[in-house]
Amino acid sequence: MQSDVSNRLRADQKRVIKDKLVKYGITSGGALVLVTLLLIFGYLLYVVLPIFAPVSLEVEKQFNQTTKQQIYALGLDEQNDISFQIDKQGTLSFYSLRERDLGELLLKKSILNNPVAFAQTSPNHNTHLFSNDKGQVIIFKPEFETSYPNDKRLITPKISFPFGETLLDIDPQGQAIDTVSFELSEEYGAIAAITRDNRGLFMVLTATENMMTGDIVWESELITLPSLPKKVSQMLVSPDFNNLFIRSDDSLLVYDISELDDISIKSVLRINSPNSHVTDMQLLTGASSLMVSNQNGVISQWFEVLKDNKRNFTFIRDFNADNNVTDIVAEYFRKSFLTTDAEGYLSIFHTTGNTRLITQKISDNGNLSVAFSPRANALLVVDGKQVTLYKLDNEHPEITWSSLWQKVWYEGYPEANYLWQSTSANDDFEAKMSLVPISFGTIKAAFYAMLFAMPIAIAGAIYTAYFMSPSIRSYVKPTVEIMEALPTVILGFLAGLWLAPLIENQLPGIILLLISLPLSILITAMLWTLLPKAIRQAVPEGLHPIILLPVLIAVGYFSMSLSEPLELWLFDGDTRMYLTNVLGIDFDQRNSLIVGIAMGFAVIPTIYSIAEDAIFSVPKSLTMGSLALGATPWQTLVKVVILTASPGIFSAVMMGTGRAVGETMIVLMATGNTPIMDWNIFEGMRSLSANIAVEMPESEVGSSHYRVLFLAAFVLFIFTFMFNTVAELVRQRLREKYSSL
Amino acid sequence: MNKWFKSGTPWIWMTGGAVSISLIMVVGLFLLIGWRGLSFFWPATVYEFDMVDKQGNHMNVIGEIYDSETVPKQQLIEAGISGLENKGDTLERFLIKVGNREYVDLDFQWILETTIKGKKIPDDIVVLERTKNGNFYGYIKEILENGKTLTLSQDELEIQFKTRLSMTQALKDKETDLLKGEIGRINFDLEKIRLAKRKVNLDGELSAQKIAQFAEQSQRLRDEYLVLEKQLFEYRTQAQRDSVVITDMTGRDVTMPIASVLDFYLPNKMTFIEKVLHWFHQTGKFVSDDPREANTEGGVFPAIFGTVFMVMLMAVIVTPFGVIAAIYLHEYAPKNTFTKFIRIAVINLAGVPSIVYGVFGLGFFVYIVGGSIDQLLYPEALPSPTFGSPGVLWSALTLAILTLPVVIVSTEEGLSRIPISLREGSLALGATKSETLWRIIVPMASPAIMTGLILAVARAAGEVAPLMLVGVVKMAPTLPVDGNFPYLHLERKFMHLGFHIYDVGFQSPNVEAARPLVYATSFLLVTVIIGLNLTAIAIRNNLREKYRALEH
Repeated sequence: MQSDVSNRLRADQKRVIKDKLVKYGITSGGALVLVTLLLIFGYLLYVVLPIFAPVSLEVEKQFNQTTKQQIYALGLDEQNDISFQIDKQGTLSFYSLRERDLGELLLKKSILNNPVAFAQTSPNHNTHLFSNDKGQVIIFKPEFETSYPNDKRLITPKISFPFGETLLDIDPQGQAIDTVSFELSEEYGAIAAITRDNRGLFMVLTATENMMTGDIVWESELITLPSLPKKVSQMLVSPDFNNLFIRSDDSLLVYDISELDDISIKSVLRINSPNSHVTDMQLLTGASSLMVSNQNGVISQWFEVLKDNKRNFTFIRDFNADNNVTDIVAEYFRKSFLTTDAEGYLSIFHTTGNTRLITQKISDNGNLSVAFSPRANALLVVDGKQVTLYKLDNEHPEITWSSLWQKVWYEGYPEANYLWQSTSANDDFEAKMSLVPISFGTIKAAFYAMLFAMPIAIAGAIYTAYFMSPSIRSYVKPTVEIMEALPTVILGFLAGLWLAPLIENQLPGIILLLISLPLSILITAMLWTLLPKAIRQAVPEGLHPIILLPVLIAVGYFSMSLSEPLELWLFDGDTRMYLTNVLGIDFDQRNSLIVGIAMGFAVIPTIYSIAEDAIFSVPKSLTMGSLALGATPWQTLVKVVILTASPGIFSAVMMGTGRAVGETMIVLMATGNTPIMDWNIFEGMRSLSANIAVEMPESEVGSSHYRVLFLAAFVLFIFTFMFNTVAELVRQRLREKYSSL
Repeated sequence: MNKWFKSGTPWIWMTGGAVSISLIMVVGLFLLIGWRGLSFFWPATVYEFDMVDKQGNHMNVIGEIYDSETVPKQQLIEAGISGLENKGDTLERFLIKVGNREYVDLDFQWILETTIKGKKIPDDIVVLERTKNGNFYGYIKEILENGKTLTLSQDELEIQFKTRLSMTQALKDKETDLLKGEIGRINFDLEKIRLAKRKVNLDGELSAQKIAQFAEQSQRLRDEYLVLEKQLFEYRTQAQRDSVVITDMTGRDVTMPIASVLDFYLPNKMTFIEKVLHWFHQTGKFVSDDPREANTEGGVFPAIFGTVFMVMLMAVIVTPFGVIAAIYLHEYAPKNTFTKFIRIAVINLAGVPSIVYGVFGLGFFVYIVGGSIDQLLYPEALPSPTFGSPGVLWSALTLAILTLPVVIVSTEEGLSRIPISLREGSLALGATKSETLWRIIVPMASPAIMTGLILAVARAAGEVAPLMLVGVVKMAPTLPVDGNFPYLHLERKFMHLGFHIYDVGFQSPNVEAARPLVYATSFLLVTVIIGLNLTAIAIRNNLREKYRALEH
């Protein structure tokens, strides 16, 4: 007996424990829903946030050189393992930056004894030049060879001479070359030189490949630069060999060097900032932009803009570095640049993002030499004897609040604009990632969809909930609701391949439908009231849609068949041409009208279903009371029912908008997906969601583009989150209100 | 009049009109898809047109009338067509599917009614379905065996063609079986050996003995392959034996090996019954064949299989979570802010755009979870990803989150319909809450769970946007299920009906030729989804009736 009770107790205990376990299990299962939503939110944010992370600059390695050098230029290999310095004695020396032999001299070679002037190409060509006092130059290139002995990467420095180790004659008169600039690509080179007696020489080098041996032979041609200014402060050849910039104090002369027979001055400009003087100028990668620094710390950006059919160098925007800027250094592939100033501050800027990313004091004296690493993840700074490698964390400089949401003046464009153009074939392309045009596209698509869906869905819901007989309602409501189950890919396919050509061919008919359908309903209504009372009363109430069905089908068919005569009569037989030529409205085959109809079709059931529920559940006592007081059914509907159900209808519209905003396939298939900003109903758009679907599979993981696409998804998420939450809260309150009535 | 407007009658009619328009649109859409999708398999009459061009040359065109439209005369005159002066205001223009893609510039040609001088329906026009270049229209001229003409009468030709075609088909079937079966297994095993070797190497245990062992294993497989390859080539030469000579519309004789022909029929000779049978035959082929020619011809079997497999996988994942969440919300959740948050989360999960789930699935499941799995379990295959690239498992997981709210809402509705008295009765008899749940509530709610599941499946089957990011491809070389261990390959990419529609309709080079196929695929997808929805509605209604009876 005793044991029996204890057995039962033990069994009970087991049951209690089991009960508890189930309770906790199920509770955690329920919480999982919330966790999932938070996970989505958190993960999207986790991917997006790095684009807004601040830039950081930290000392990574440091060593002291034995002698203090006067440096012309310095640089790094791709792995930041080896640095090189080109000093004013004309030597090129490589130093190790590896942990194991930090600061060790790896290779040293005297290129030219006591050079007069020095020049270098754009960073990604990484070729350098010395000139001497006899009108000669030597061109050399620090190189890095990578090999894998014992499966470990080893980088060894090398010096190459593209034109051999002999000197190249520039000036036939043998005068010293004081100022020089040059640029070199695989098959083309250009050297601009100013001699001591102030003559401007321009040498063009062209490579031809010997068909038989495959050797490359360089041929040169010398041209004298016309109308040279008295004083030449600085000279730059653009890497696309189109322009030669000569700065004479605060003036800039732009020579057009694209046609060798006709080298001429294109324009002369004052480029200094007001009340200041120019200290340096530098080209950004991509050859389009010229950065000009001033004594007052202002750095201004200039590029060519097409205006009145003429390309003019135009001031675009300026940046402020606070102190007298001594040097500008451009990054290898992106539109970033850094400046050093007289106070020892280093600042990094990005032109597209229009921002100063960081300013940091790195030295007490103003005589710094700085170089970007090729991957822009480190900076090499030489300050007297001290050589420092800074770790630079600057992953996404081009994405800022202003570049995402404000007008940006991109290189080569006539004015600031909102643009989305994320990828291109070449490396130094300026990515245009403004979310404005695609957000606009989303809103435009949703707007036209709602314009089409709202009247039909709400009017339909009102009739179904309030006037329709219950027996028909039980068929009509599920029929409309089943539209919601229709895959949007099918709607998109029909919209793109069936509706779009149909509307293009029958546009007058479609426009006629807009007038003829409501009109025919009114006429039917009128004729119905004129019918003898006996017939009218024989038909039960709430059958209007059934009566209208054949009328609408007939009118629809009639309107469509009138399309062609109408087109001949009004629009010279081709509506499309008429729209474009006479009215000046652009017409795309896959346009907003198509999206509006197709997506409207997809959101009608959402709005209809929720609105119908809201109207149907208005307490009967309210309507009965109104009717009993003598109001007509219509008055009751407008003054009592709709008013009471309006929060429900509002919530239905919100839900519908939420769906329209996020819909992908219909927009993807029914528009041309061009990111234009125009409310024209006959043109397409590109929406956030379609943009993600198109570009996400091709974007590189972790790149700025990838993160911006995540940001687009995040924007969509937040947008629909707000819409749905508001709609749900309104609905819950309405439900409480009804239950209290 | 004013009074009439004031009474509201016209507005009532207007709202009624909105209902009618909605109904017309829904029903019209279904009819459109149904008509276009089903008529594709009907053997269309093939006409032989006698046409005259501007210079007065006669020309024969054989083809199906694919579409027709009326064009205003003005437009044609502007386009530079002369000789229309005495015609009416509008003219008819036909789109003819002429096939024979490798011999004509355009396999779809518009011809104007004025250029047609005569129209015949010859009985012995034959339509060939081919492995490449679409349909071929013409007359059978002769049959060649090993390049020698067989002397046959016209009737015999047809019969011989049929028997030889089925013989060749049988050989080709054997060839495919061999390729996909034995040879596929050998390739799979070879790859496994390569990976095993790499794994041993990574672990630092690669000894000379192991290397020899692996080499011996691969050698054995390669020897096996050589035998099979010989067999394969034999089948191929046998299949190449017969050819058929067809006279096309220009009178040219085209010789093609019977191995390149899939099927042939003489549509103009068919009786109605034969046409119906042919229709069923074609429909059957559509759902059971593999696609051909960049998906623009052939069947959709891999897409059906991929859709069904992915959806089933998703159902397995979503059901337990959905049901547990619904039970929590209805049976356990206290009335507090936390519960309110969960409810808002459910609504939002239902409302978040599907593409956002795709983005999340790609970033989180594929790159983070999949990438980690690869690091831990498949280091030997790196850098080529195993689970770290889009695949069917990630698609199923992504869609499981997407459809979670559907299951929750439906299950909760079912739970709320179970009378409270049943719960109280069970508790009063001494059962714990979990026992009540397990024995009484869940069994009673099971039809509601089923409804939710069906609705979730219907939703998932039609969703395309997220799948484009997490696993769907236009052409998957292998199905996610095959005869190689472990039989289920969850990391593989798959084909999907919805994506098939998008891809064929919008990305294929010959949209005109592919369009009927897209309609057919759409019809298939719509039928499945609407069928599932109707089933769910039926179950739900049935359930409501049952509980209404219980309450009284």
